[in-house]
Amino acid sequence: MNSKPKISAAELAEQFRTFIDPDFVITDDETMKPYECDGMSMYCEMPMLVVLPETAEQVQRVMRLCNEYEVPVVARGAGTGLSAGAMPHKEGVVLSLAKFNRILDIDPLARTALLQPGVRNLAISEEVAQYGLYYGPDPSSQIACTIGGNVAENSGGVHCLKYGLTVHNILSVEMITAEGDRVTIGNDALDACGMDLLALMTGSEGLLGIVTQVKVKLLPKPEIAQVVMAGFDSVQKAGDAVGGIISHGIIPGGLEMMDGHAIIAADDFAQAGYPREAKALLLCEVDGTEEEVHEHIEQAENVFRKLGATSVKTSQSEEERALLWKGRKSAFPAVGRISPDYYCMDGTIPRRHLAHVLLEMEKMSEEFGLRVANVFHAGDGNLHPLILFDANVPGEFERTEAFGSSILNLCVEVGGCITGEHGVGVEKIRQMAVQFNDEELQQFHDVKAAFDPAGILNPGKGVPALRFCQEYRSLEHKQHKHDTVDAAHG
Amino acid sequence: MADLSQKLKEQVLQARKTGQKLNIEGGGTKAFMGRAADTDAGSLKMGEHTGIVEYHPVELILTARAGTTLAEIEATLAEEGQCLHFEPPRFGDGSTLGGTLACNLSGPARPWSGSVRDQVLGIRLLNGKGEHLRFGGQVMKNVAGYDTSRLQAGAMGTLGAITEISLKVMPKPAMSLTLVQDMAMDKVIHYMNSRAKEPKPITGAAWVDGKVYLRLAGAKSAVEATAEKWSGEVMEQGDEFWQQLQHMQHDFFAGDEPLWRFSVGSTAETPDLDGPWLIDWAGSQRWYRGEADIAQLETMAQRAGGQVSLFRGGDRTDEVMHHQPRALKEIQQRLKKSFDPDGIFNPGRLYSWL
Repeated sequence: MNSKPKISAAELAEQFRTFIDPDFVITDDETMKPYECDGMSMYCEMPMLVVLPETAEQVQRVMRLCNEYEVPVVARGAGTGLSAGAMPHKEGVVLSLAKFNRILDIDPLARTALLQPGVRNLAISEEVAQYGLYYGPDPSSQIACTIGGNVAENSGGVHCLKYGLTVHNILSVEMITAEGDRVTIGNDALDACGMDLLALMTGSEGLLGIVTQVKVKLLPKPEIAQVVMAGFDSVQKAGDAVGGIISHGIIPGGLEMMDGHAIIAADDFAQAGYPREAKALLLCEVDGTEEEVHEHIEQAENVFRKLGATSVKTSQSEEERALLWKGRKSAFPAVGRISPDYYCMDGTIPRRHLAHVLLEMEKMSEEFGLRVANVFHAGDGNLHPLILFDANVPGEFERTEAFGSSILNLCVEVGGCITGEHGVGVEKIRQMAVQFNDEELQQFHDVKAAFDPAGILNPGKGVPALRFCQEYRSLEHKQHKHDTVDAAHG
Repeated sequence: MADLSQKLKEQVLQARKTGQKLNIEGGGTKAFMGRAADTDAGSLKMGEHTGIVEYHPVELILTARAGTTLAEIEATLAEEGQCLHFEPPRFGDGSTLGGTLACNLSGPARPWSGSVRDQVLGIRLLNGKGEHLRFGGQVMKNVAGYDTSRLQAGAMGTLGAITEISLKVMPKPAMSLTLVQDMAMDKVIHYMNSRAKEPKPITGAAWVDGKVYLRLAGAKSAVEATAEKWSGEVMEQGDEFWQQLQHMQHDFFAGDEPLWRFSVGSTAETPDLDGPWLIDWAGSQRWYRGEADIAQLETMAQRAGGQVSLFRGGDRTDEVMHHQPRALKEIQQRLKKSFDPDGIFNPGRLYSWL
């Protein structure tokens, strides 16, 4: 999609206005400004125009026109994404689904909810709480992010070791294809005949279709939940303790780790009563029936003590539980207070390599001259290093990006991947060449073409053009060799 | 234990050159599934491409070659107190992990523990161009690239030969217990769903021959406390019942009468058909025995929010899977072409048009 669109912004807008409320076909720069980026504000672009349809039929007509004139379409939910996946295309349309914000149906007995894609993640659980139900995936942005965006990114959250990701918690999506067909993938059942297109759609970052409805599964709210907090004097010991819990046959509802820098920042911010001298902190939440939770909490406390915890504390009330989590949940803004800017990474690693990866990261931190704090979804191996920097210092963001890409390369090296839940978008598109070879990337391009022959859906995101990959790989290789030589001489 | 990937790759390249088609074969225990295999096609034998490549119990992750038997994998996991908690059915000793994923087969715990597709983290796949690709990984969360790993679930090998699978495994529940009681079929759907709505350690809900069976599994104290609150007799040989259900060895499945699988909304009314039913997955999976017209059953299944397939027996030269709407059919044909441009793998096995 590099050629100029076959229609001007004014002409396209005029056509849209024949079937969409003209107030919601936006072409002036001032009104379009808020759409220039998503949560990854370092990457900005002004679109050709922004359109806010309110029915699936209108989305269909938008897609048919854009397909005909080969105009790029970038779907957008709440714009909370952290990989610039919703960054506009300068010759394209931003299709905002903000008006699709209704909960269409709740079926308490079947434990399902039918939603428009613009429904906020947290709003689902709030609405179904009256039936003793909730929606499992709880990304940190859940107060603002939408279910449509969750489908696009396959969002997880702190509870996904036990309750799964978006892909495990949806039954069907209605979507409009690039060619303007309206199809439903999946149904009310737990599976459908043939290849699993629903899984393919989940996490496809708006490159395969525009989701206009989502049916989600709901879970019975656990009777109780308690959290054990354990401090350790080394990351290695905390990592071993995570293994210890799992070996014991306990699958915690949430299992989070923070390193020394993150502990201090979060405790300053939230006064959560964290052990400030600890080098690593574990928060282990167990949920279920009362009997089960009591049994497992006792076992977890024992495991932590046996594996060298320097402090162990269990929440005795809902208030205490909330306070212990408050620190973790505010870790990002807390770190934001100790630095003008921070850059949040999203690699995953096999848990057994945690200590090695953190150690390497400390070395890099010195090398790049930038501080880094770590929060870690320890249960599922998803690492969120927060690189602290100052965007006003010339060259510092470039150094931050380089540091970030070294971290991602390291994740791939130890058998992990470049993104656990934030998506590739624009931000990590170069690192795709590190994780996948050309044949694999070509297969991805071919998959996209099966859904979107003209290549109009979110072009330039997710999967890199092969011609850039070779160059990037050789650059990285040189860089790596250079580092190794430096280390040898150091 | 052997890595035959190079040999398999060469065979695909050769087939591509000569225009030969290939039926993918593992342990051969699922030959009855799908449409009848193309008898002119050669055979790509996965059954000797075996071995557990990596297993890290504390990471809850296992990687095995596709031809590895479920028996071997489950025995290895059991040594560490772990299991495949999606309870894959075995239709014989030779049932393999690859076939289980290709056919998307999961047992009674599926509504609570997820399906085989849900547990897949990554795969290696030999596509129709003879390229040996790696997708996903050995980590629980991975959103780099499209989820072409889970896409294979149910594709029945039409997109390529799965050669290796990484999946999530889980600890075995500390104990399990089965409650049984008499119940009429028209009452059982509401009953099962009401139980499933409670935050209790339920991992099975099935109905057959006028009896409803609920399985509780997990921490001992939780299982026992729930059993006391819920109605029903504790069943002596409970585990045996669930195993029979899992491996389709229950009497209901015996005989040659066509076996239809209704995958429907859990609370939907059961279609009005003469003939025996077995209800599993708290209502989401319903089995029916009898001669029937697929078009008529499709209407019924759609009304129940799902789909129907002819799982075993009957006419296997016609379609056996629920029909696809035009737009999805076209997308799947293009997807097939993207993975297997010459249509080498399992021609016509899933749909006549694929």
